[in-house]
Amino acid sequence: MSASLALSLWLQSARLQQQTGAALGSTTAPDSNWTLDLLEWVRTSWLSTKLAGLAGMDQAPALPTWAAAAIGAGIAVGIVIGFVSVVAMFSIWLERRVAGRIQSRIGPNRVGPFGLLQSLADGVKLLLKEDIIPSGADRKLFVLAPALVMASALAMFAAVPMADGAGFTDINLGVLFIVGISALATIGVIMAGWSSNNKWALYGAMREAAQVVSYEVPLGISLLVPVIVGGTLELGAASRLQSGWGGSCWFLFQNPFVLPAFVLYFIAALAENKRAPFDLPESESELVAGFHTEYSGIRFSFFFLEEYAAMFLMSAVGTALFLGGWNFPGIDLLKGGWLIAAQLAVFVVKSMFLVLLMIWIRWTLPRMRVDQVMVMGYKYLTPLSLICVVGASVWEVWAAVPFHERPIWMQLFTPVLVFGVCAVLGAMLRKQAIESAAQPTTRSRIAPRAHAAAH
Amino acid sequence: MLSDYAPLLLLLALAAAFVVGNLVISEVLGRPKPGVGKKTVYECGMPIRGTARARFSVHYYLLALLFILFDVEAAFLLPWAAHAEELGKAGLVAMGGFAVVLVVGLLYVMRKKALEWDR
Repeated sequence: MSASLALSLWLQSARLQQQTGAALGSTTAPDSNWTLDLLEWVRTSWLSTKLAGLAGMDQAPALPTWAAAAIGAGIAVGIVIGFVSVVAMFSIWLERRVAGRIQSRIGPNRVGPFGLLQSLADGVKLLLKEDIIPSGADRKLFVLAPALVMASALAMFAAVPMADGAGFTDINLGVLFIVGISALATIGVIMAGWSSNNKWALYGAMREAAQVVSYEVPLGISLLVPVIVGGTLELGAASRLQSGWGGSCWFLFQNPFVLPAFVLYFIAALAENKRAPFDLPESESELVAGFHTEYSGIRFSFFFLEEYAAMFLMSAVGTALFLGGWNFPGIDLLKGGWLIAAQLAVFVVKSMFLVLLMIWIRWTLPRMRVDQVMVMGYKYLTPLSLICVVGASVWEVWAAVPFHERPIWMQLFTPVLVFGVCAVLGAMLRKQAIESAAQPTTRSRIAPRAHAAAH
Repeated sequence: MLSDYAPLLLLLALAAAFVVGNLVISEVLGRPKPGVGKKTVYECGMPIRGTARARFSVHYYLLALLFILFDVEAAFLLPWAAHAEELGKAGLVAMGGFAVVLVVGLLYVMRKKALEWDR
């Protein structure tokens, strides 16, 4: 009953999307449901026609609408689940390789080309492992926690449009939905920590709760800045608004307050995902493994997969709202399927770059102290992100017209500012690096390779 | 539109099915060999002392209270943010007044040293 209701709603939503797409003109998604197109393409393909010929028909019969919708929805969900798993496994591989590079070792390089299949092998191994529930654990919560975490990781991706019109669904409250669903994973973590009957797990869960709670605020407020600039909460619509200047008119270049907001968002996202230097909920030197100390086998792998899926998701939201989504200079030259593929590639590459940045930070910075982490969100990030919101809104209200109708100096102000700031910062960092390299080497400064060679 | 959310329900249902399926596969493939030692919780390899249902610092609750305040703020700012340009100066002044009250609150919290963790 409820399934048929969901299906009829799904069909209705596709139809409504088409209508609104036609009404709003060029700024909205191409009006098609791509899963149904795919089914139609399969039905009329050479193989289907041949098979139908064997059965004595001249063409494969069209599916009833409800069946087509059901299969289409199944395909879409399968693609989402597969995509999340692949992205998470690739990120795990990337993390291990980058960690190896930074620590002057090799990292996984045996299973498959460049060790790319290492994560898959690990997953299979974890699937074969015994699943232990410790004595004294709250069994119901213990079993439910990893499922909740994994389901939230999969559901978050539904609202992220990777290419124009090729998202799973483009809901009009996308930003709010993602922030809300990512909080669901936190509940799973707290459940895991509490139900484990382990002190380390409990401490990890409490830290996680406090940390997520205090960084949720600057995260949400810094996300307001691109919302103010774009005037929409829909991620797909936001990406479409950034397609000007041949695909380089990103929100980052539309308002001078988007760059600081992006930096704040990135820091808050690191803390939300319990990534170093904010990885106190699972700091292995104090809490063994934090909230998932007692988890083994496939349940452990759910937590692991969720962490990397959430990293990618936070990067994807950052990409869609700050870094232009699927837009890239010159991408407009492509047409049809190539355009969709290129947009997908651009989006994934941009997001993976942010994931790489997170990994790089993890293996570069030491962990922060717990009291510093807990209060940093409220003390510094929240006021700063509020300043960004005020600045951005004043700028937008003062300009009063949509971006492309503003005077040329106002359009050029932000890109010049952004590149100027980046150039100055880069020059400063470069100078510092040269100076520190010129200093007499202390023991800790010896490069690991040279150090190893000396022994 | 509310109907846009229908696929999300479907996704959640199938995600749950994916999780349960994996658990079942693991249950079938992984051979459980339970033991008393295996089932004890890990605490650095020492015999367990005391209960894990311990109490923790009151600071955590303080952070949670502050969170409710500021998250409500963010939730109120969101609808305005999506229409900031259309609402113009009037909206800016109204939301500015709202934000000022909360900033004063934040400053008060800091003055009261509620954010000093090791006090």
